[in-house]
Amino acid sequence: MSENSLSFQDMILTLHNFWSQHGCLILQPYDMPMGAGTFHTATTLRALGPDPWNAAFVQPCRRPTDGRYGENPNRLQHYYQYQVILKPSPGDIQQLYLDSLTAIGVDPLLHDIRFVEDDWESPTLGAWGLGWEVWCDGMEVTQFTYFQQMGGFDCKPVAGELTYGLERLAMYIQGKDSVYDLDFNGRGVTYGDVFLENERQMSAWNFEHANTDSLFDAFRKAVAECENCLDAKLPIPAYEQAIQASHVFNLLQARGVISVAERQAYMGRVRDLAKGSCQAWMEKNGWAA
Amino acid sequence: MTDFLLELLSEEIPARMQAKARTDLEKLFADQLAAAGLKAESLQTFSTPRRLALIARGLPETTQAVSEELKGPPADAPDAAVEGFLRKAGLTRDALETRDVKGRATLFAVINKPGRATADVLSDAIPAIVRAFPWPKSMRWGAASQTTESLRWVRPLQGIIALLGGYVVPCEVDGLVAGNGTVGHRFHHQGAVTVSGVEDYADALRAAHVIVDHEERAAIIRDGAAKAAKDAGFALIEDEGLVVENAGLTEWPVPLLGRFDPAFLEVPPEVIQLTARVNQKYFVVQDTKGALAPAFVCTANIAAHDGGEAIVAGNEKVLAARLSDARFFWELDQKKTLEQHAEKLKAIVFHEKLGTVADKVERVAKLARWLCEEGIVTDRAPADAGAQESGSATNSGLRLSPENGGASLADLAEQAARLCKADLVTEMVGEFPELQGLMGGYYAAKEGLDPQVAAAIRDHYKPVGQGDAVPTDPVTVAVSLADKLDSLLGFVFVKLMPTGSKDPFALRRSAIASQSLILRHSLRLSLSNLIETWITAVQQQTLYLMAAETSALKAQNVAGRLLLDQVKKAKEDQNIPLVDALLERFPEWQGDPFLKAIVEGWTEREEGSFAFDRIVLDFFADRLKVQQREAGVRHDLIDAVFALGGEDDLVRLLARVKALQGFVETGEGGNLLAGYKRAANILKKEGRGDPSAPVHTPETGGGIAQTGEEDPLSLVEDPGVARAVAEMAQPGSGLAYDPEPAEAALIEALDKAEPLAALAIHAEDFEGAMAALAALRAPIDAFFESVTVNDADPAKREARLNLLARFRSAVHRVADFSKIEG
Repeated sequence: MSENSLSFQDMILTLHNFWSQHGCLILQPYDMPMGAGTFHTATTLRALGPDPWNAAFVQPCRRPTDGRYGENPNRLQHYYQYQVILKPSPGDIQQLYLDSLTAIGVDPLLHDIRFVEDDWESPTLGAWGLGWEVWCDGMEVTQFTYFQQMGGFDCKPVAGELTYGLERLAMYIQGKDSVYDLDFNGRGVTYGDVFLENERQMSAWNFEHANTDSLFDAFRKAVAECENCLDAKLPIPAYEQAIQASHVFNLLQARGVISVAERQAYMGRVRDLAKGSCQAWMEKNGWAA
Repeated sequence: MTDFLLELLSEEIPARMQAKARTDLEKLFADQLAAAGLKAESLQTFSTPRRLALIARGLPETTQAVSEELKGPPADAPDAAVEGFLRKAGLTRDALETRDVKGRATLFAVINKPGRATADVLSDAIPAIVRAFPWPKSMRWGAASQTTESLRWVRPLQGIIALLGGYVVPCEVDGLVAGNGTVGHRFHHQGAVTVSGVEDYADALRAAHVIVDHEERAAIIRDGAAKAAKDAGFALIEDEGLVVENAGLTEWPVPLLGRFDPAFLEVPPEVIQLTARVNQKYFVVQDTKGALAPAFVCTANIAAHDGGEAIVAGNEKVLAARLSDARFFWELDQKKTLEQHAEKLKAIVFHEKLGTVADKVERVAKLARWLCEEGIVTDRAPADAGAQESGSATNSGLRLSPENGGASLADLAEQAARLCKADLVTEMVGEFPELQGLMGGYYAAKEGLDPQVAAAIRDHYKPVGQGDAVPTDPVTVAVSLADKLDSLLGFVFVKLMPTGSKDPFALRRSAIASQSLILRHSLRLSLSNLIETWITAVQQQTLYLMAAETSALKAQNVAGRLLLDQVKKAKEDQNIPLVDALLERFPEWQGDPFLKAIVEGWTEREEGSFAFDRIVLDFFADRLKVQQREAGVRHDLIDAVFALGGEDDLVRLLARVKALQGFVETGEGGNLLAGYKRAANILKKEGRGDPSAPVHTPETGGGIAQTGEEDPLSLVEDPGVARAVAEMAQPGSGLAYDPEPAEAALIEALDKAEPLAALAIHAEDFEGAMAALAALRAPIDAFFESVTVNDADPAKREARLNLLARFRSAVHRVADFSKIEG
């Protein structure tokens, strides 16, 4: 399916168009490093409370330990997710999703699309949901989740979350074996032209050079600042500090300076911050648990 | 009679939940019918990823009509009483009948309850079934989920077909109204599918590209996958679990063959198979020689318009990426030796009270070496090879080691033990935990380690359950046994015994596996010696180490003992538990749960407040009873032999139990048992219930040597034996009166039987020991027949009680008969 297939940026534009036409706000990425699109306030915080919310956005994701210095064709420390959040989950959400695949060029009578059980859980966000990983010819291209809880609170109503792995889908649609060979704009620029050097340098920093004293310090400061904000009843800034702490923790992991025994304690700390922020958000809005 | 069709349409149901969902649906439906007094002639259930369906045939149209008769007050009763009766019956006065009851006019109400239409019953039953459905995990969805009380289902429920004899059963569940429409295949069929009833349900769906019968889909996958493999010149490696899973993932299954680069075959076949199976749900195939072939079969859910070419290409790419990862792990893992990998085990906690995995490995290595050095596990056929020829069932098949380059069995066992857990920290086992052991075996072979060491690393988890093959290679036997015994002793030592149905550390399984190894190979293992060896090993890891770290105590081998003595003194002054005294003296240990747990177990055992050895023996006894039940070995006889206390060798114990069983199940044994019980009862009444109390023994000389113990000094440490020995040394043990004939006969029989039985036991000839005891049967019977124990002469009475005690002791040489039932 490489002939006339969409470029990376056209794929994003097509998805934006598609979800815009289906009533979604088209948002921009959150301006902080985070491990997954789910951390975006448009997902985490908006999944709470009774108000309807429909949004779509691209979120860059940072996974320091997944960096491979640009040498692995599938693994990156920085990549993009396309997130759609629909609250309450519409009755035809599966069909909407399949239509979006058709829009970006996946023919469901030529390719085998399947919904395979995959329950989602994020211990750091105190969140879980039921759903599937969506397979296209055996490859996972999307995580599809009905949020049941967020920050330890029941979702009332339940939101449906779609997370497309953009690079994977693009590699599939364009028939490329390496992410760096992806056609970025349809005019000769590849994904590698844009990001290969970033991967090399960021991998080196993540794994070798990041100053761990500064990182430990940053973790402590984020924790303290989050608690500050919670005391001041400011859930959004508090939540940003939780995101910050989570990312710094991931960097420390990549530097290999957190022992197995300590790991649980750090994750527990981040979870407490995230849950505390969600609770403050609920209280600020006057929503009952 | 009519029939009924129910379909519950939803978003994709996890494949693994479908089989139980069918069973649950059938049960819930049958229960609902039964509650209304209905029963169908047959019930069938079906499932696809998107629907659960039920067909009931031979269903009555209505429930049975019931006529109920109520007896009321007499016809001339006061109005209030009559009105009360009318309210109860729900009738008016003129509807009542008047009948004569024993000469008195009495009112009767006859209430006819017509049969209820089955459709009505189902209208109530369907919502009840949906609400009560026991999904392992369920969820809320959509606008209704504004409240947590909204309907729950495994995934959003989208439609209900409820057709009774072709008519829709009116019902509704949380806004979903039952009807006669469903949907077809997600991609092959657009629009609604209308069903008229039971008869056309499957066909209507088939026309819409849905095969509703899961078994039919499984057959298509099973046969289609085999055919796809065969057409390519391969043979499918059958995997029924995968067949069922793929049937649960498809409504229109189409098996397709794909290929992968043969270069990947350098990775072990188990890895390829697991990658394909677990991650991708693919079947693998083999060539004509039975070797894994570079091809696979995936199951698509569509009949693609290009014949599946694009699907195959896509799946090939995904598998290639997965296999690249696997090969990357395989190569990366080999950049380090297992010994280097094992370094990382120091950072992995085995259990907080038992240290790291490295600590466990250290203990296992010591035990494995000990098992070999003590000659418990040997690389020769067992000593009783003669018995093997005569077909003894307990015989071993320990294989002779082919070549070990001069290294002793103990060296090989220790080496294998030190490396056996190293693969836990490899990338491959991190990815596929089920490959533990196997990968270690592969890496050991790649490293060029002794084949016996590699095999022991590979197989040391075996036997995994009853029925699993018991290892036969001596190195493997030593490591496997040492590993299981360490877990068992360790968790018991830190007081984490299984309770009831909870056995989180699988100790029962460890005990049974240990017994399988011991009995299969007739390993002569003294559990008491094992316990001492294990405790020494764990002490070396904790106390000796700690002691060595304190400046005053440098000599490691005696440090623990010195430390204990020192702290014991401190304890005597303060009168506090030993563990507290130790921890008070070395407060830095408080924070270490491993040290604390071991110190606690150790000191409490020293003090006698923790009967560790007894608990271990009892645990083995209990497991042995369970394990031997199938073989028909009586549990009370195992108790009877274990109760003697001295028996801690499972091989000898079982031989003894079997001989005992042979004996007590004969008339002779049964009679001796009766005599024994009578003697024991008399002794008990006289306050002499303790069989270990000293007994007058006329037997002279040789008493000690006949006990079967190798070290007479160890016996003399036991106060009971010491007393007996002292008494034996006294000359002139004859009676002060003339014994009655039966009494004299019993004394004579005992004089003969006791040394015979002792000799036989020493030679482990338990049948011989039983035969010796059998000679006591007639004399004890005769004794009870004609001799009065409770004689007026206290000297006679005492002597006769002594004689009975002696008889009891003689019997106890074989087993504690008081534990035998019947």
